[in-house]
Amino acid sequence: MAKTLFDKVWDKHVVDTIKDGPQIVYIDKHLIHEVTSPQAFNELSERTIPIFRPQQIVATADHNTPTVDQHLPVKDTLSRNQLKQLTENCSRNNIELYGLGHEYNGIVHVIGPELGITQPGMTIVCGDSHTSTHGAFGTIAFGIGTSQVAQVFASQCLLMNKPKKLRVNVHGKLKKGVLPKDVILYIIAKLGTNSGTGYFCEYAGNVFEEMSMEGRMTVCNMSIEMGARGGMIAPDETTFEYVKGRKFAPKGADFDKKVAYWKTLKTDQDAVFDLEYSFDAADIEPMITYGTNPGMGIKISEAIPSLDDASFEKSLAYMNFQKGEKLLNKPINYVFIGSCTNSRIEDFRVAANYVKGKQKAPNVHAWLVPGSQQVAKQIKEEGLETIFIAAGFKLRQPGCSACLAMNDDKIPEGEYCVSTSNRNFEGRQGQGARTILASPLVAASTAVAGKIINVLEEPSTLELV
Amino acid sequence: MEKFERLISTAIPLPTENVDTDQIIPARFLKATNKQGFGDNVFRDWRYHKDGSINTNFVLNNTMYNGSILVAGNNFGCGSSREHAAWALAGYGFKVIISSFFADIFKGNALNNGILPVQVSEDCLKTLLQLIKENPETQIDIDLQNQVLQIVGNVIVEKFEIDTYKKLCLLNGYDDIDYLLSNKDKIVAYEQEHQF
Ligand code: SF4
Repeated sequence: MAKTLFDKVWDKHVVDTIKDGPQIVYIDKHLIHEVTSPQAFNELSERTIPIFRPQQIVATADHNTPTVDQHLPVKDTLSRNQLKQLTENCSRNNIELYGLGHEYNGIVHVIGPELGITQPGMTIVCGDSHTSTHGAFGTIAFGIGTSQVAQVFASQCLLMNKPKKLRVNVHGKLKKGVLPKDVILYIIAKLGTNSGTGYFCEYAGNVFEEMSMEGRMTVCNMSIEMGARGGMIAPDETTFEYVKGRKFAPKGADFDKKVAYWKTLKTDQDAVFDLEYSFDAADIEPMITYGTNPGMGIKISEAIPSLDDASFEKSLAYMNFQKGEKLLNKPINYVFIGSCTNSRIEDFRVAANYVKGKQKAPNVHAWLVPGSQQVAKQIKEEGLETIFIAAGFKLRQPGCSACLAMNDDKIPEGEYCVSTSNRNFEGRQGQGARTILASPLVAASTAVAGKIINVLEEPSTLELV
Repeated sequence: MEKFERLISTAIPLPTENVDTDQIIPARFLKATNKQGFGDNVFRDWRYHKDGSINTNFVLNNTMYNGSILVAGNNFGCGSSREHAAWALAGYGFKVIISSFFADIFKGNALNNGILPVQVSEDCLKTLLQLIKENPETQIDIDLQNQVLQIVGNVIVEKFEIDTYKKLCLLNGYDDIDYLLSNKDKIVAYEQEHQF
């Protein structure tokens, strides 16, 4: 029978099927971090169950870490304790940890791909919903709860019901200045935040085929924001090129053998999806959100819709926006470029290209937070840091930072923040903070203008992108 | 895990849609390394104003409403995978959440912590919310064995779906780890056959 990409990878990982119940699915790689793992470690040690396959686990410290002075002891006692527990749990169980200050440290979904841990055809899980990022490699990758972290610790498997299959096609030519972030914000705005619940999504069409791996990761990252457990893009030459030569990537003849297998990971011509949507790339413009869920997005030049709905009105009240209002020219005091959605080298290249020769607006506090030590290093090596400094920006050290504001990087109450992260929930970036999701280009232009502007109307920028 | 067979209780109505796990338990409370104490901070920023005073408009602070059932708007539990949300709801005393739609990861997390997510039709949800509003003493009877929701003393009865395996786990208080460990042989055999 004709199979989808998802079927091919899933079916290969089924250990057993319970009659009228879930399947036992084998997990190749398990990524962990300090926030969602301690209770799972405790559970295993309380039940005296050993960690089954420690060499298939990789740990990092990212959610709760400071983004300044990382060489000093972490000030916050609770955070420091959580990081200490991670270190102890990893050393006790022989788990590789890239802790704070390590050359491979960074946000879990940034370091997996950049170290070559993430490879096509794998199953990858992590106690973090944006694990869907790794789907950019043709990987089944999804977020799990802490009980499931414990299950994978104990058995390297999960009990899962096979999700249904959804395909989102985007064909055509993207306008200049429209980035992968805009594509995914557009899709979520069109489909809504629960359209994907119960599904695993495949993104197909020339728009995704022509995207870089960084762009594909941005798209797959936000699959969860439409409710889908994960998103995938079929691996191709761009994927193989990206993986090749990375630290944990297969080498030499091994690599060639893998590539031969990876090439088979494509949806068969006549495979059937449970649900399918298609969009025209030409209709997509730079996007921003105006509400408190990622589905509340509009083209940057559009007005906020007028809906009579209590949840919608509650959301606008929180944001202090009016129905029918346009967001262009809204003064903005905070800009955040970072998070596992947009903190890779390409995102900083886009931002640096834009700010080159310009100056940050005096009212704006801009936080530029690279996704990993490797990205930070590359920013320096490529001379981007010099550009940022000349324009009045400062780079911080890697971590999740203001994406979830568990550390000190919080947006003050009532302030707007144009953010390249993935969630604009109430209080996500700090109690009472108001988040507007956007691409790194829109974020950079906001930082320079001190307000929201339409980058499409700035011819000079578009030559650069 | 505690067993769950049947629950009869009054309910707390929360008609807001798309309640995300950041609202159920804000990130700044995720620094604990055990599962205790999260109930105190469930819906923290809705229950309290920033200065720490009580928000009397929020339903959990309305003494008219009580019970271990939460009746919530569509797409409950979306967003972050944090199981802390389930621990917080369980810690507060909720045993059943009724909604017309649950986000995937939350649903699994709830089930793994002995909370039963009961998915009902949009119409049924509306009716339930209305009945509770009219009479906060309205009792809801959740019978897991027969997969039936019933309003006590009323004609309203609704069947609900639950995965057969998960139902068995709840009825017996088993968890997935027990099951997976009993299949170790198969897992090892699988590993030997598939070298990824
Ligand atoms: S950057 Fe944000 S979304 Fe990504 S892993 Fe960190 S907290 Fe989660």
